[in-house]
Amino acid sequence: MEKPLTEYITPGSPPLSLNEYRKAGGYKGVDKALKTMAPAEVTEMIKTSNLMGRGGAGFLTGLKWSFVPMDEKDKPKYLICNADEMEPGTFKDRYLLEGNPHQLIAGMIVAAYAIQAETAYIFLRWAYKKAEKTIQKAISEAYKAGYLGKNILNTGFNLDIHLHTSAGRYICGEESALTNSLEGKRAIPRAKPPFPAISGLFGRPTVVNNVETLSWIAHITNKGTEWFKNLSISGTGGTKLYGVSGRVKNPGLWELPLGTTIREILDVHAGGMAEGYKFRGLLPGGASTDFLIEDHLDVQMDFKTVAAVGSRMGTGTMIILDDKTCPVAFVRNLENFFALESCGWCTPCREGLPWIEKILGAIEEGRGKMEYLDTLKFQTKYLAPGHTFCAHAPGAAEPLQSGLKYFYDDFVRHINEHKCPWR
Amino acid sequence: MSLEIKYMVTIKINGKDYSVEKGKSLLDVSLALGFDIPHFCFHPALGSVGACRMCAVKKYRDADDQKGRIVMSCMEPVADGLIISTEDEEVKTFRAAVTEGLMTNHPHDCPVCDEGGECHLQDMTVMTGHNYRKFDFKKRTHKNQYLGPFVLHEMNRCIQCYRCVRFYRDYAGGKDLNVFGSHNHVYFGRFEDGTLESEFSGNLVEVCPTGVFTDKTAHKHFTRKWDLSNAPSICTHCSLGCNTIAGERYDSLRRIRNRYNQEVNGYFLCDRGRFGYEFVNNEKRLKQAFIRQKNNVLTPLAEKEIVDKIKKQLYNSNKIVGIGSPRASLEANYSLLSLTGTDNFFHGISEKEFQLTKMALKYQQHSGVRIPTMKQMENADVTFILGEDLVNTAPRMALAIRQSARNILNEDAGIRRIPEWEDQAVRDLGQLSSSHIYIASPVKDYLDDIAKKSFKGSYSDITALAAVIAKLIDKEAPEPPKHTKAIKELAREMADALKHAKNPLIVSGISSGDTALLQATFNISTALLKSKVNPMLGIALHESNSMGLALLPGESLQKASYTAKNENIDTLIILENDLYRRDDSILIDELIQKSNNVIVIDTLENKTTQKADLLLPASAFSESTGTLVSNEGRAQRFYKAVFNKNEAVRDSWRWINELKKIHNNKFKGWDNIDSLFYSLTDDIPVFSNLKGKFPDAGFRVLDRKIPRQSIRFSGRTSMYANLSVSEKKLPQDPDSPFAYSMEGFQENPPSSLVPFYWSPGWNSVQALYKYVDKANGPLKGGNPGVLFLDSLSSEQAKYFNITSNEPGITGKDELVIFPVYQIFGSEELSSEASGVSERIKKPFLLLNSDDITKIKASAGDIADLEINNTIISIEIVMDNNLKPGVAGVSVQLPGMPYLALPARGKVHIN
Repeated sequence: MEKPLTEYITPGSPPLSLNEYRKAGGYKGVDKALKTMAPAEVTEMIKTSNLMGRGGAGFLTGLKWSFVPMDEKDKPKYLICNADEMEPGTFKDRYLLEGNPHQLIAGMIVAAYAIQAETAYIFLRWAYKKAEKTIQKAISEAYKAGYLGKNILNTGFNLDIHLHTSAGRYICGEESALTNSLEGKRAIPRAKPPFPAISGLFGRPTVVNNVETLSWIAHITNKGTEWFKNLSISGTGGTKLYGVSGRVKNPGLWELPLGTTIREILDVHAGGMAEGYKFRGLLPGGASTDFLIEDHLDVQMDFKTVAAVGSRMGTGTMIILDDKTCPVAFVRNLENFFALESCGWCTPCREGLPWIEKILGAIEEGRGKMEYLDTLKFQTKYLAPGHTFCAHAPGAAEPLQSGLKYFYDDFVRHINEHKCPWR
Repeated sequence: MSLEIKYMVTIKINGKDYSVEKGKSLLDVSLALGFDIPHFCFHPALGSVGACRMCAVKKYRDADDQKGRIVMSCMEPVADGLIISTEDEEVKTFRAAVTEGLMTNHPHDCPVCDEGGECHLQDMTVMTGHNYRKFDFKKRTHKNQYLGPFVLHEMNRCIQCYRCVRFYRDYAGGKDLNVFGSHNHVYFGRFEDGTLESEFSGNLVEVCPTGVFTDKTAHKHFTRKWDLSNAPSICTHCSLGCNTIAGERYDSLRRIRNRYNQEVNGYFLCDRGRFGYEFVNNEKRLKQAFIRQKNNVLTPLAEKEIVDKIKKQLYNSNKIVGIGSPRASLEANYSLLSLTGTDNFFHGISEKEFQLTKMALKYQQHSGVRIPTMKQMENADVTFILGEDLVNTAPRMALAIRQSARNILNEDAGIRRIPEWEDQAVRDLGQLSSSHIYIASPVKDYLDDIAKKSFKGSYSDITALAAVIAKLIDKEAPEPPKHTKAIKELAREMADALKHAKNPLIVSGISSGDTALLQATFNISTALLKSKVNPMLGIALHESNSMGLALLPGESLQKASYTAKNENIDTLIILENDLYRRDDSILIDELIQKSNNVIVIDTLENKTTQKADLLLPASAFSESTGTLVSNEGRAQRFYKAVFNKNEAVRDSWRWINELKKIHNNKFKGWDNIDSLFYSLTDDIPVFSNLKGKFPDAGFRVLDRKIPRQSIRFSGRTSMYANLSVSEKKLPQDPDSPFAYSMEGFQENPPSSLVPFYWSPGWNSVQALYKYVDKANGPLKGGNPGVLFLDSLSSEQAKYFNITSNEPGITGKDELVIFPVYQIFGSEELSSEASGVSERIKKPFLLLNSDDITKIKASAGDIADLEINNTIISIEIVMDNNLKPGVAGVSVQLPGMPYLALPARGKVHIN
């Protein structure tokens, strides 16, 4: 089983240097793309590969690039790597950033070439101190080796990559809020349209891609689209970094073919539930995805298949709910996070999430009322996509609406018993 | 301007077809069609940002789509075939939920909130139908800030619509108000307590949909909107003629609000205009007549004695000289003129101001140049401001020009298919673009932050720059004076920009006092006209009726003093004018000494009223009706809001009416403002165009007067119940069609007679939607005011041979001193308003650091400034925008003598 993304990552050891990675075949995709392909061909290739964005939304990467206007007058353009990994339970980008920064840089060079951007930014989560050092080192190596700067590989293509460490807001993971933040403004999402490909950073055409997505690019230009497609089980293309946290025997992160079933990830790779704990449910790809339960364990972890059972694959890093954890407290903790991380721009999110959080707190502390459940149900519908300015609140509503669906009795018990049965 | 081709499309709202302008926002067109769509963050002048989620409607894919989906109407461009519902149950529930969300933190303190009764949040809450509160947790609370004398801050009421910061920062260019924090703890305020620095901060009061920002001056004498008697008024604190609403209760003026006029002030006023009104309540207010006794002391004069005294004074008066005023109405000035005759009527302004105003008027009338409204200024594609510190002399104009920077952004947005009204997207897209605003000024300018180039130099440098530009545009233009290479280079860029502009705007004013600068300004305009580019020319004048006065016959103050030298004046009548602010005190003293009797008519005590032999108290703008002509030649009428029960205080023209009747026994007197106005329009040809243009006192709609009070006015019978329980006879106003009542014609009156905005369900200022056909459009029935000046452009635009009356090359140790105007303090009446007076700076002298070193002083020292034999002590302020050898001195601030500027002067330290 091929593991292209993690092949050269050894936890606990420093990442490969540029020369080491080059010897291992890295950067070949850069040479090939810049020397033998036109930018439009690169975009076309990524489109054909069916690479879907690994940030969580699963949008086709090549399609996103193809919206960028390609006239000379459209310059300057920008490429941004979204490394603001703050989704609760998610640590996959961190693994790639700390483990193999050159893989990302190689991908960014090709991506920037495809959209003809001469400036790129890595927008890094503030807490990733180790990644900050590894990336900075890798960037300077790349400059020294002529992979960054002016006239890269004598092709006439110029690219500067800047590392920006964020001040730390969850909403900065939303690409347009990230853009505002990078410009020095408040991290508030922007209205779409216009999409970043038309008006992004500093009002210029911009592509924002996730770390895992960009890490694929040079592999695909090097080894081709067929190779990429054949890596997955489901036919979507590629492998995926899957993670499991919670009370399992072996929590961790594994690179597996896209489309591996939840059960395999949980039982084989994570080793099943820890001693004395029973499985009750899971969030498949971060805090902003709907709960899945026992019935869904044979679902393939892929964008379409998870969506078909009413959740989202999201980042592909699961959080497991066990029988000794109160589901109300579990959801409350998440909603606390979402309420705090609301940017405060639109009303339903800004006012709705704190209300939800207060109700969940009251229920968990035994001060709940039955009519609160109606308010919660209403709020999950009210915070629907399109009702709010961005996807933050609809994401926050996902664990709540599915929590109410699958663990309704637990909510009612709290209210009737005037206390948390788990305490 | 957008490249988008505008045309009409058909959309379906609630099952009915409507033809609307393509590309507009759905909210915009729906409001214009009369649909009551609740909203908070949208403001017609600020566009759409989609933050509040209140304006949700249901959008259907096609006729078969029964379910539809919720969209925000403010972010939805209208396209042909769009099907929406505003009444769908799901969307109604959604909107009520938005209100409910906002109410989770709103304190419901309406009874003690100044916004109560005209609160957009109240209106929207009722409109969305949210009644019972389910939220039973603690509300979040904030600390409030001290924001200076104009605006009160109560953050707990905030519903986070972001309008305040969008107005203050994006629209008005302010820097010191911002949004802090995040989630449901966002805070709108300053970094720390302190006075809001923007000259337009008062608009927050009207922009804020609830009671976070309220009028601090009105708070001191607070009255609910529904208890005010209102009248349409005109701002009297600069020459632009912004339209205002004056509100009265218990015989005193309570507040000033913006009155929408698409072509003039739109939705916004400056702080001088909004808060300057309080001078009418100043303790210096003259409340009775005074007469000078033999012991030379002014003593009160009983009302019944006034006529006798006037008779005595005018008896045997052969030579009666009248001094008019640029801050008195056309009618008041004309009444004096008609009493004294043309030969004995003088304008009450310095020779310099007189000449510059006349020159500007003449050029505007004869060159064929376009005189822009402020709305048109917003559409300029290239702007050049020369030597006029607009934000301090004509503030609203500076705000209008700031908006013109938006045009280039809109153009880019059009190419990217982003609608103009999608405000944040347009600003994000254009953040790297530069405006096409050029400024040449000796000091820092309010628009410097967005200017493409801001040239700093003396008036002669600016004149040279202008002369070079004119020459580059048209070879026939006069030869420019010697100039630097830098000026030449800048001139090239600017000439090129102006020549290729579609809609260029040249702006200057008379505050520089520099003839050459104004001539050079006009030469650019002439050069453009000769090159077949039709520029707009905006000239800021000094006062609310500077233009009206300039259109009357008469000469300057200096000429009046010449007259006094030649023959004795029996009676000198000074109309609403503190002459010591207008010209040198020696000249004024002489004029007054040479007059046997001095009659002064004014509202406030000042240096001139102290010289009166007979002092007659005049009603203020809020207590009278009259006409003013703004700098663009727009005649506009202000109406009486306050019924002044003190009969000793009369309209100036009514005093003059008395004087004239006594002086000329054939004169029957003017019955009311209309009969006076008819005499004016019959008598002075230039005003004949105004005949019949203002509804007269007999004007009625369906036989009914226009009520000054809203239908919800309370307490007409109880207001004075502590004094008498019988309902008193309503005051009668002979000068206007307004009634002191809530009874009368209940629908929208003609646009120039709108005393307040109100419509069922719309108690806030947003009721304005019901008075316009579309947001940002003209008022129904047309914009108020009459542009009556005929262009006399039979001749070609001419060039001026620039007459350098500049102080020129200075002698040893001499500096060129130019005037520095201040929005707060340089205008006479507003300086007497309690709020404004807190904002007035101490007199200051701006000097470059080199010049400060030269005189061995440091910033903050008190220096002696010597100009034309006048020596004043004044604080030094360092300003390195100034060139060495050039100094700026604050002018017209309280306590400062009149200074004829620009002039040469010396500065030294004792």
